[in-house]
Amino acid sequence: MQRIGVFVCHCGTNIAATVDVKAVAEALSHEPGVVISQDYQYMCSESGQDLVKNAIKEHKLTGVVVCSCSPRMHENTFRKAAASVGLNPYLVEIANIREQCSWIHKDIASATDKAVILGKAAVAKVHLNAPLTAGESPVVKRALVIGGGIAGIQTALDIAEAGFDVDIVEKEPTIGGKMAQIDKTFPTLDCAACILTPKMVEAAQNEHITIHSFSEVSDVKGFVGNFTVTIKKKARYVDETKCTGCGLCTEKCPMKKVPNEFNMGLDNRTAVYIPFAQAVPKVATIDPNYCMMLKNGKCGICSKVCSVGAIDYKQTDRFIEQKYGAIVVATGFNPIKPDKYNEFAYSICPDVVTSLELERLMNAAGPNGGTLLRPSDKTHPHTIVFVQCVGSRCDDEKGKPYCSKICCMYTAKHAMLIREKYPDTEVYVFYIDVRTPGKNFDEFYRRAVEQYGVHYIKGMVGKVMPRSDGKIDVQASDLLSNEQLHINADMVVLATAIEPDKTARPLATMLTTQMDTNDFFTEAHPKLRPVESATAGIILSGACQGPKDIPETVAQASAAAAKAIGLLVKNSITCNPCVAHSDELMCNGCSSCEKVCPYGAITYQDKEFRMPDRTTAVRRVASVNPAVCQGCGACTVACPSGAMDLNGFSNSQIMAEVDAICK
Amino acid sequence: MQEAMIKRAKELLADGTVNRVMGWKKGEFAYDITPAVFDTAEELEQDFVCDDLTQANVSKYLIKESRKEGRILAFLKPCDTYSFNQLIKEHRIIRENVYVIGIPGGPKIDVEKIKAKGITGILSVKNEDYTLKIETIYGTETMPFYEAISGKCESCKSKKHVVYDELMGEEGDVLDSNRFDMVEKLENMTAQERYDFWRGELSKCIRCNACRNVCPACTCESCVFDNPASGISQKAAADSFEENMFHIIRAFHVAGRCTDCGECSRVCPQNIPLHLLNRKFIKDINSLYGEYQAGADTTSRAPLTDYKADDCEPSVVHERGAE
Amino acid sequence: MQVNNDFQPVIVAFCCNWCSYAGADLSGTNRLNYPANVKIIRVPCSCRVNPMFILRAFQKGADGVIICGCHPGDCHYTSGNYYTRRRITLLYSMLDFLGIERNRTRLEWVSAAEGAKFAAVMNSFVDEVKKLGPNRRLEDLRCRKQ
Repeated sequence: MQRIGVFVCHCGTNIAATVDVKAVAEALSHEPGVVISQDYQYMCSESGQDLVKNAIKEHKLTGVVVCSCSPRMHENTFRKAAASVGLNPYLVEIANIREQCSWIHKDIASATDKAVILGKAAVAKVHLNAPLTAGESPVVKRALVIGGGIAGIQTALDIAEAGFDVDIVEKEPTIGGKMAQIDKTFPTLDCAACILTPKMVEAAQNEHITIHSFSEVSDVKGFVGNFTVTIKKKARYVDETKCTGCGLCTEKCPMKKVPNEFNMGLDNRTAVYIPFAQAVPKVATIDPNYCMMLKNGKCGICSKVCSVGAIDYKQTDRFIEQKYGAIVVATGFNPIKPDKYNEFAYSICPDVVTSLELERLMNAAGPNGGTLLRPSDKTHPHTIVFVQCVGSRCDDEKGKPYCSKICCMYTAKHAMLIREKYPDTEVYVFYIDVRTPGKNFDEFYRRAVEQYGVHYIKGMVGKVMPRSDGKIDVQASDLLSNEQLHINADMVVLATAIEPDKTARPLATMLTTQMDTNDFFTEAHPKLRPVESATAGIILSGACQGPKDIPETVAQASAAAAKAIGLLVKNSITCNPCVAHSDELMCNGCSSCEKVCPYGAITYQDKEFRMPDRTTAVRRVASVNPAVCQGCGACTVACPSGAMDLNGFSNSQIMAEVDAICK
Repeated sequence: MQEAMIKRAKELLADGTVNRVMGWKKGEFAYDITPAVFDTAEELEQDFVCDDLTQANVSKYLIKESRKEGRILAFLKPCDTYSFNQLIKEHRIIRENVYVIGIPGGPKIDVEKIKAKGITGILSVKNEDYTLKIETIYGTETMPFYEAISGKCESCKSKKHVVYDELMGEEGDVLDSNRFDMVEKLENMTAQERYDFWRGELSKCIRCNACRNVCPACTCESCVFDNPASGISQKAAADSFEENMFHIIRAFHVAGRCTDCGECSRVCPQNIPLHLLNRKFIKDINSLYGEYQAGADTTSRAPLTDYKADDCEPSVVHERGAE
Repeated sequence: MQVNNDFQPVIVAFCCNWCSYAGADLSGTNRLNYPANVKIIRVPCSCRVNPMFILRAFQKGADGVIICGCHPGDCHYTSGNYYTRRRITLLYSMLDFLGIERNRTRLEWVSAAEGAKFAAVMNSFVDEVKKLGPNRRLEDLRCRKQ
């Protein structure tokens, strides 16, 4: 038999002024199972809580209903009070008679009636409350960072700093990502390599960090605190442990006509290569698409010149399995290829380049050793036109609907650097808007205009036409003066939109995380939890979550590390007990629940059941992982048989509330 | 066709491909064709029936049968294959344990339509060149074939088998059916007229559960209406609301899973057009979320376990047509 | 239609814990009035609302049922309200098909910041239901108040 206590709070006059609290307590005292019904001035106060505690002890209460303010205010207070005297905290229910009653109604009679009904609903519900215990699940004290750009490196360094082991999985032969390709950084114009490469070395040397370069995540199982990840270490045909990075093989390799990805294909590399001088790990990789030895078994020069015998043509992909407590996604971005925009002539004119290509053209380690020359004839360009928002803020199929955020600033940087180094060069920037929110950003842009004399023109470039004399005719409209312009340019630079890396989508599926329509990872809450995904234990770092510049990326990377560390310092995770559970005897194994679960918390197994006729039958049944389930209840409605139910908000509890309100 | 089916079934039994055959046999009356499992060639010879009166969809029986020892042969009409496929999708049937032979579909004959002509004491029904020759204890009667076509065949949606191991007879196509005409007619009525229509129909319900028991989508291990913990379990319809609750929830539970096989209305002893509830959901799903045919495949996401960010709001219900 | 001023409808509102319930609290905090006919049941997410609950409410004598959830795209559980939207659209359409008055059912997206919207929605919904009068078409007569 239930023994329920009802406690009606006056909240000073907040409730008592419009609700006859004594009448409410009186009315609820007649409800079935109610053994004590009291009112008090401030139920949440120390003495109010004592009243509840004493009643629990004295009347051996099996359930408590507090008629007071919103459960969002004090549910926890009363749950803790109940727990302190040995009553399971989940046997406490709150009837919200302040925010949803006394504060919105003026008529005492109707407000009191409503308060009684809300109280009755809570009593009806508490009759069906079950004691719940929060489960615990252990945490593996190791983190995985997917992606080794500046975001991944920073996250890994911060996690390692806190003393936890962390692995970086990078799909390229070296870590460093996009930042390694950038020449200078805005708004300070310091050299990207000078600030990035020390961090790369630091990551490589940190005893807590393991770098899996030229590797990919191929499978993820498990849940927060206990992920099992399979990492594919792609064959690089070089034994990483032996290679010293001396580079002799790359010098001797006869296959010298391989487009160099690091320099955006603006020059060539050899088939065996080290992406750039400061690569980490500094280990050679053989490109099987070009290596003569791997293609037709003829050559083998690199193997002959390697003094340590690191070349291994027979190497195959290897798979390693590792357990992690937290996973940080730092898969970054890529600029889109502007080849769909025929009006910009990118595909047909070598002097129309993207901004990232310009970075390489201007970089001291780039194809021209840092001298800005036109790709077509290696001459110095005298007029350069920058086109903004190529594929950004675009409502057609070719581009992206969002603002890529970084282009305004890097174009100002490019313009400034060019004017600084080559004052005889005229620079035009065609823009829709110039967006420069950020510390010292607008000042930077204004310097480009005012101090460096960059011609900023609000307007669109309509057509870019290479001419027979090697010049490029740029047709554009100046929206402010309402004029059509023709500019005789030597080079055109397209500020292309950035998009999430292509590997992100399949990864999101593996991780059961959500993505938006643009393939950016969706954060758990856009304001309050911007670095976590909605899937527990999956944390987001850098541009995989949305366009970001370097300082923002680093800030988010450190925030992601903090979230990972917060998880890893725990020995176990306390789970929310208000989670779904499946009644195996009723489950059909139809997979409806699994399909609607946003967290991948539901799995199926074949189980043997004793049937009524004493035979056994194997049936496929759902089981919910309480560590992963967040308790939304989507599965409970998808389930046709009613096998799936939700702790704390069960079908029968909600139905009891409905009955109490309608009767 | 029946002879060919028996012959092929015997071959498959003999060569060990299957150890049982799911088919039909005569029930209490000659025209009561009932699903049955046959273990031997002799039983097949003696009792196996597949004629113009054979309407029953055997897919649902295969849930249990596919979990038994060995493999079972099942003869499936085109409409039955949709149910079968849907049950595979829901992991209810173990596909490897069923050998499916696709057989041509209807139109089948509904004996109730013959009875409605005042013909009783029926002994046998034969279709001779689209005229039914009905032997009764009172003598021979005739009536045009098309007047006795079963309701579910009148609005046939497909003559195509979506799953089979072998086919007997010609393969057909998905048809342009008129199956939503009645739903549309009701939609165009006023709310009061619709209410009166459904009150008239649903109040006939005796809660015999035949619709649920025959439905190949109602395959729950334990039905919510039988489960006291669900809060809505009922024994019999004692009041108008319970029919509402039962039929709405039942239609909702099979929404996106119902293949529109029409068995619910076929077996209803009160002739309630229950399939209209399912078709209403199918029509809404098709028009609001894109064409979807349950059972047409085993991999696509069902409309109720899927969504699009720009789905319509429920207010479409309030905004459309007549009140 | 004649409005019966004496008729006090029973309105059940299912509110998701994260947005709409908080929105309801906010309308209380801001002292924004709406009729006492509205009684709120807290659910974790609007996707927890089973059509059975809605029918049950009508069976037991509710005159109107309203479901409130986070705005599409803002669901605390990322996708719950998208499922809600499909389920509830189909259910309401079915009730309409059965001839139940459309205005007895409603779904609204109310965020935690929209206290004013919550009150406005409830005011208009209660008005609508008052115009319709008591629910006779779905009520289970045995559950009638004595």
